[in-house]
Amino acid sequence: MRVALILLLLGSVAASAAEPDRLGRGKAVFDYWCQACHGRGADKPGTVALQVKYKGQLPAPLEERHDLGPDLVKSAVRRGISIMPFFRKTEISDADLDALAAYLARKR
Amino acid sequence: MLLPPGLTSDEFATAIAAFKRVVGAEWVFTSEEDLYLYRDAYSPYWGEPEERLASAAVAPQSTEEVQAVVRIANEHQIPVHAISTGKNLGYGGSAPTYSGSVVLDLRRMNRILEVNEKQAYCVVEPGVSYFDLYRHLQDNKIRLMIDVPDPGWGSVLGNAIDRGAGYTAAQFRNHFDAHCGMEVVLADGEVMRTGMGAMPGAQTWQMYKSGFGPWIDGMFSQSNFGIVTKMGFWLMPEPEAYLKGLVHLPRFRDLSVLVDTLTHLENSKVFSGFPDLLSPALGTPGLAGLHKFLVDGPAPRPAEYQALMARSAKPEEYEPYALKNSIPFWSVGLPFYGPEKVIRAQWEHVQDSFRAAVPQARFEQREFFRFPLSDTQKEQVEYPAQLGIPNLRTFQIGARSPWNPAPPGEGHMWFSPILPRSGDAILKANEVLGPVLHEVGASFGYAMNVPVPCWERSFVFIIFFPVSKDPAVNQKTRAAFRRIVQVCAEHGWGEYRTPVAFQDDVMRTYSFNNHVLRRFHERVKDAVDPNGILSPGRYGIWPKHLRTGEA
Repeated sequence: MRVALILLLLGSVAASAAEPDRLGRGKAVFDYWCQACHGRGADKPGTVALQVKYKGQLPAPLEERHDLGPDLVKSAVRRGISIMPFFRKTEISDADLDALAAYLARKR
Repeated sequence: MLLPPGLTSDEFATAIAAFKRVVGAEWVFTSEEDLYLYRDAYSPYWGEPEERLASAAVAPQSTEEVQAVVRIANEHQIPVHAISTGKNLGYGGSAPTYSGSVVLDLRRMNRILEVNEKQAYCVVEPGVSYFDLYRHLQDNKIRLMIDVPDPGWGSVLGNAIDRGAGYTAAQFRNHFDAHCGMEVVLADGEVMRTGMGAMPGAQTWQMYKSGFGPWIDGMFSQSNFGIVTKMGFWLMPEPEAYLKGLVHLPRFRDLSVLVDTLTHLENSKVFSGFPDLLSPALGTPGLAGLHKFLVDGPAPRPAEYQALMARSAKPEEYEPYALKNSIPFWSVGLPFYGPEKVIRAQWEHVQDSFRAAVPQARFEQREFFRFPLSDTQKEQVEYPAQLGIPNLRTFQIGARSPWNPAPPGEGHMWFSPILPRSGDAILKANEVLGPVLHEVGASFGYAMNVPVPCWERSFVFIIFFPVSKDPAVNQKTRAAFRRIVQVCAEHGWGEYRTPVAFQDDVMRTYSFNNHVLRRFHERVKDAVDPNGILSPGRYGIWPKHLRTGEA
């Protein structure tokens, strides 16, 4: 029992140490793949489109959203939305997608 | 599960196992979920039986792995369709041309193998995007400029062998022309190097293009004769400065003299940048104003202009309105790259030339930057691609915007015929294509369309066709596209590149002497790829066993 508890605690420490790494990786994936369309600025088509879609009720740049869940992010990347195409696993691997989803869902 | 035509599931399973031994199981994709990602997101046949679908995808990481995969494909007679970054949306995306093909996804071959700053060249693999190359140069403070097409996530190599174009100096805008030396995996798995690279230990692979004997590099562009795994490119040394001058001409009839003057100046190398044509009078934006146009829509206009638009007035009928309001009928933006003293002198000479041709011409210095650009300047430039900065602004086309708040589109295709460099050709193209587009329910979107002068000595019209996920809508769009291919061919205007769905249609229009060019392609195909395994059908080139025999 004591061993199990120690292991659990160790596991929890490891997980919390891994979280910044995962978010950092997610941010890197965002910067590489998403920022050119979904970053801040009027020259980013995804941001312009979401500004119009949500009429200011939600932040247009994805990194500022508080409502994005990981599943929505994953679905958008693997199925595409309107003119946004889907992304292959040679572009965004499953592990990178997990990190991206965690990063964009971090404010929820 | 879709199988390569002619294979049993057992035979295919044997081949898949062999592919996995080469690249690792992780990089062979066969599940329905994974193969969805190898559909063409902008397919005009989406969800219809004719949509081109992959039976599997294999992602090698080296030339040696490509060779091994090709050998297995040959052994099992499996068609393989190579993609680079798979991002040429509107021209086929990451889907194969022939359903049942195995997509050879080269995205993982993403190494920038060499950048030589002094000799101004680079060598890249197929998976290197324009963003990748730009970041590499910026991060390493290498003072070279790249030439980028509209979407910066495309492959430097892939765009070149698809004969794409960019926006900086003429020598670099034609991406295929700017290459120097290739490495190609042939259908039998042999690897070949072209140009000086054919000599073992060559010292000048990226310094001299043609090597010795026939220069065969062109055979690996818009074709299916080999798989290009490395390619060299000449790059422009980052100039001291960039200047963009605008020439404004007042009258409709000035179009011919505008085109003739700019073409002579361009052919004389007085300026080398991308000439950006627009008509302020008609409201036809140029490149520099396109993003703003797509976001905010046309600038507000008085009743007189609205009335002209409402009655579909001819372009020349806008002239009194334009003269009265001092709005230029035509403008052209001319970019210069080089030492400040030199480009200011060139701009002065351009002004002298236009003033001599049209005394009422007006001039405006629109942009001036010294390199390297600051981050703020990079945000300020009118058209980032003219300064070699990759971006994705082009996806504003079809996306929601304040001007177009309706639900967005689902993709697009481009119809892009090559026309002569003359004012008459612009007018003729509008006269011919305008009514056809109207008839098929498409339109230029403006009173008149202007071409883009990507390449010296020609114009290309870039006409937008929306793609839907609704087969009934797509059916009409395809019919319209095919109609316009035909109409253009009847006027002697051929497309330079086209979506996969129409490559046979376009190839059929290059029919001089009973399609001898296509028949020659087929003879080459039969000789270099006797089993017909490499990208069957790409650019209308089919192997013997898949030819239909129709003209």
